[in-house]
Amino acid sequence: MKNTNMNKNTLKIGEQLVTRSIQFSGYSSILFVLMILFFLLYEGIPTIFEIPLKEIFSTRWYPIENYYGILPLILGSLVVTLGASLVAVPFGILTAVYIAEIAPKWVKEIMKPLVELLAGLPSVVLGFLGILIVSPFLRDKLHLPTGLTALTGSILLGGIAIPTIVSIAEDALNNVPNSYRLGALALGLTRWQTIWGVTVPAAKSGILMAVMLGVGRTIGETMTVMMVTGNAPLLPGSLNALFMPIRTMTATIASEMGEVASGSPHYHILFFIAVVLFLFTLLVNLIASNIGSKRIKRVEKMLS
Amino acid sequence: MDKIVIENFSLTYSDGVESLFNINLNIPANQITALIGPSGGGKSTLLRAFNRLNDLVDVQRISGVIRIDGINIFRKDIDVIELRRKVGIVFSRPLPLPLSIYQNVSYGLEMMGEKRKSVLDDVVEKTLRLSDLWDDVKERLQDSAYSISGGQQQRLCLARTLALQPEIILLDEPTSALDPVSTAKIENTLEELKQDYTIVIAPHNTQQAGRIADQVAFFLQGKLIEFSSSDEIFTRPKDIRTQDYISGKFG
Amino acid sequence: MQQLKEDNLKKQLRIEKIGFTVLTILAIATVLPIIAVVIYIVYLGAPAISWDFIFSMPRDGMKSGGIWPAIVGTFYLTIGTAIFSVPLGIAAAIYLSEYAPNNKLTQTIRLAIINLAGIPSVVYGLFGLGLFVVFLNFGTSILSASLTLAIMTLPVIISTTEEAIRAVPQSFRVVSISLGATKWQTIRRVVLPQAIPGILTGVVLGLERAAGETAPILFTGAAFFLPRLPNSPLDATMALPYHLFVISTQVPGMPIQIQYGTVLVLLVFVLLMNIIVTIIRSRARAKRQW
Repeated sequence: MKNTNMNKNTLKIGEQLVTRSIQFSGYSSILFVLMILFFLLYEGIPTIFEIPLKEIFSTRWYPIENYYGILPLILGSLVVTLGASLVAVPFGILTAVYIAEIAPKWVKEIMKPLVELLAGLPSVVLGFLGILIVSPFLRDKLHLPTGLTALTGSILLGGIAIPTIVSIAEDALNNVPNSYRLGALALGLTRWQTIWGVTVPAAKSGILMAVMLGVGRTIGETMTVMMVTGNAPLLPGSLNALFMPIRTMTATIASEMGEVASGSPHYHILFFIAVVLFLFTLLVNLIASNIGSKRIKRVEKMLS
Repeated sequence: MDKIVIENFSLTYSDGVESLFNINLNIPANQITALIGPSGGGKSTLLRAFNRLNDLVDVQRISGVIRIDGINIFRKDIDVIELRRKVGIVFSRPLPLPLSIYQNVSYGLEMMGEKRKSVLDDVVEKTLRLSDLWDDVKERLQDSAYSISGGQQQRLCLARTLALQPEIILLDEPTSALDPVSTAKIENTLEELKQDYTIVIAPHNTQQAGRIADQVAFFLQGKLIEFSSSDEIFTRPKDIRTQDYISGKFG
Repeated sequence: MQQLKEDNLKKQLRIEKIGFTVLTILAIATVLPIIAVVIYIVYLGAPAISWDFIFSMPRDGMKSGGIWPAIVGTFYLTIGTAIFSVPLGIAAAIYLSEYAPNNKLTQTIRLAIINLAGIPSVVYGLFGLGLFVVFLNFGTSILSASLTLAIMTLPVIISTTEEAIRAVPQSFRVVSISLGATKWQTIRRVVLPQAIPGILTGVVLGLERAAGETAPILFTGAAFFLPRLPNSPLDATMALPYHLFVISTQVPGMPIQIQYGTVLVLLVFVLLMNIIVTIIRSRARAKRQW
């Protein structure tokens, strides 16, 4: 009996220690987000004092000559994101529908690993393929002066977003209770009618979330765009812009950070752009998580 | 001598399901007491109150007192871990832990800090014998607990509770998932055990209560309707509702 | 009336046939490029692969020789990321699934994790630069890069671990508690061991992604050319993804074969990780007793 009394006390203290550490680990995520936000603001806010706001939101980005207009960069990101969505959303959703509702089992067993493979490819590899394959192809076929354009970026970013959209949308479709499908079929609908009349509408919120998360992923992509969009901070003025080089916010930070003097206005505005990026992705993710607030745990997993 | 004394005990879960209202009941030591009644009547809730398993669930309100050996188990300074060793429970489905047969039985002792193999070996054999399982599994104690039949698993669950040398054993519909042979084995074991333990069982049918119980309590919608000896409640029930339930007018 | 119904059904079936065909084509069109790309990379990269290529140091301004330091560097970075993100991530997941009460604070934690998951990798790079390289003075080093990658990997590990833990049946916990075990004893002895396959999957996938990232290590630890392998965590290092980036965009006259060879190495790495995950998943499914 004495033996167990001593054990009891050590066990108790040990348990409390462990519980505390687990608790603090739980809180750590909040700590990290705040730290990141703090650092970005700390280095980014000075911009407002160094460069007049009007100039920050002007249309010329040419730091060497002290032009710090970030509008072309924001619009660059938006154009590429939009283009990528136009590619990724239809292909992604339709492929998800195919895998979840139509494909026979053996096809599923092949397609799913392939999509996962695409998901695992580092963005540099896609950028690389863009430079060596997609870009020359587009240049030749569309008779462009250069293949490094917003279009190229959109196509490749679409490719990056597709796995995200496919897996979450497929998940959402799989979660539609089978009784819905059986009910529709029992009423005499064909499988095709069931898919579009019953199953897809039932999975609407999950599919929407898949799209938002795919878009979020696209906005934040860096290496691929840096390698294939030509890196010219031109203001996308017309539809033509799709066929011209463009610069995103992410590519700007990545390419110019190495060359700036710490503490200079250029340095600060790069952090400022990072804050803008942070807010953009925050917005998209908030919308995505609100759409499926019950699915928050799956959101965390899929976003990463 | 009353082992468990329940005074004005009420409990409501947050979802309002299976509550208890003002229960007053004395459970005698070293006997088999059965809680009978239609489902949702509060029997499971009461059982889980004895070892404070309902601490794990969202309880909205709880009042009254439950004394075991004179001490109110809901006092703030009660060592709940120790309470759960003193009051063991067997559930309605066989629920082995995902460990070996041996480890299932020794689990409680290992959690207490007991590391000596000789002690553990001893307890494992003793309790498996008590549950009439030793001969079946003595050659394969390291096998997974899932490799034996449902009836054997349930006896395993009984053995692992006995390993902690409890004073009270609770059983919540322990044989509902078992065949008649396994059921009979467990009922026999319980009748042997009652000499040394206080047993409270919620059988899934009244016939089981008739077979093995000494005292029977009838619960309806969270209230205790009647409590008397097994003979009396089955032959001369005092309340019309008790009689209706026992004769099968409602279930 | 009957004829109308029959005609309508025939029409619907025709529509279905067309629709299915279109969808099948689309799905194949989405997936085919992946296969084509893999074949292409293997075809063009395989000639470059040799013992020398994998295991020796680069020569002649990277234009010949091997990529060994980049492979080693990526290896070190992956280990570093694992050290910082796995214990913390698993602990945080345990908190969320077993201890966290249902209140505002917990909601905030979940929101924070979603945010962390959404932050662009280059922003992580900037943050890592500001905090680890400059403020904490770790300099451009494996340490800084690993810490940066670790925070970035945290959300994946937390989410997959939490999901794995939640998949463990509640009955195990109730039984364990009823036998006098404490909460932590239950987690350690019953819940976690059962959740290991799921946790492992998440860890592998998270580390796979971290190993392939360039932007976070751009300013925090990566160097293009180092004459020696890194000696300590405070040294900078070469890394495969960064290496690929530089040789494909910034080195004039870089032999195409070496570029494809490097891509092939990265591709094989990704394939390997995915195969490991598949093996873990199928073994777990076979072994599972509940």
